[in-house]
Amino acid sequence: MHELSLITSVVETVTESLAAYPGAQVKAVRLRVGALAAVIPETLEFCYGIASEGTPLEGSKLAIDVLPVVVHCEPCGQDLEIEGIQSFRCPKCGEPCSDLRQGRELEIDSVEIEDADEEKR
Amino acid sequence: MTTRIVELRRGILKKNDELAAGLRGRYAAGGVLVLNLVSSPGTGKTAFLERTLKDLKAKGARVAALVGDLETDNDARRLASSGAPVRQINTHGICHLDAEMIGKHLDGWEDVALDQLDYLFIENVGNLVCPSSYDLGEKIRVVLLSVTEGEDKPLKYPTMFNSADAAVITKMDIAGPCDFDLALARKNINEIRPGIRIFETSAKTGTGMEEWLGYLAEARKGRG
Repeated sequence: MHELSLITSVVETVTESLAAYPGAQVKAVRLRVGALAAVIPETLEFCYGIASEGTPLEGSKLAIDVLPVVVHCEPCGQDLEIEGIQSFRCPKCGEPCSDLRQGRELEIDSVEIEDADEEKR
Repeated sequence: MTTRIVELRRGILKKNDELAAGLRGRYAAGGVLVLNLVSSPGTGKTAFLERTLKDLKAKGARVAALVGDLETDNDARRLASSGAPVRQINTHGICHLDAEMIGKHLDGWEDVALDQLDYLFIENVGNLVCPSSYDLGEKIRVVLLSVTEGEDKPLKYPTMFNSADAAVITKMDIAGPCDFDLALARKNINEIRPGIRIFETSAKTGTGMEEWLGYLAEARKGRG
């Protein structure tokens, strides 16, 4: 259960980045989370509600894109998506694959904001 | 009002990753091989490490250990019986060690200078989930699994097993009474992390320790 510390870091990073957009209102924060990242999206959302309280992010939505695991198969010479995380084998030829190309991501992708100063222009 | 998307594209663990990169540089500069030991609570990390420290010391190697627990310094006191310098890290409720904790405990460690060590072991908090996300700058992540835990543990905790560089099966001396299916355990580990080195050990009888120590010596030579 390290979701709360991860989300606290998300809230801090996004809050810092808002300094460049004074008066902007945050509508949503989008994350990219790999299927093998060992976090539970529902728990991240729950923690987001708590961690964003009293910050400029309060009331905004947390959107999470879950990325499937992609392995590189040497014999096939291809990067291929595998189903689930119970067996790390090439879906085409069945060869064991230890070369992971996607699936561990824990990233802040983007922030959706509403600019307040637009009205003045 | 206009809505717009601001792209950030930043790792959530960026701060930890940067600190870990700094640690990796310090380890390399000191010429010390660093290993991060992870497992469930009760797997026998401490007993395995105690044996490893004693056996390495007997071979003349310079070793030290950092040991993480939520509370108590019981493990540090146990490990200190090996004669190696040991420092306890109490996380007070946090379920994993992070790079910042390691850095802080290396800094204030009077008995230990990294360039005076051959091996530094970090015993993580007993937890097969959260420590997988936190890079401690280690060269080798060792996942441990005991014969009392069930052969399907790798399938239940794929993230940790997939991120490991070596796997150690502990308590082999009681594999029989536990009806432990070694072939199945090995197959499951390989399914999650194809090609990983697997060691079958008993800290009590010393089974498998020579092979493990041989691996450590090779890894140290291969360093850098």
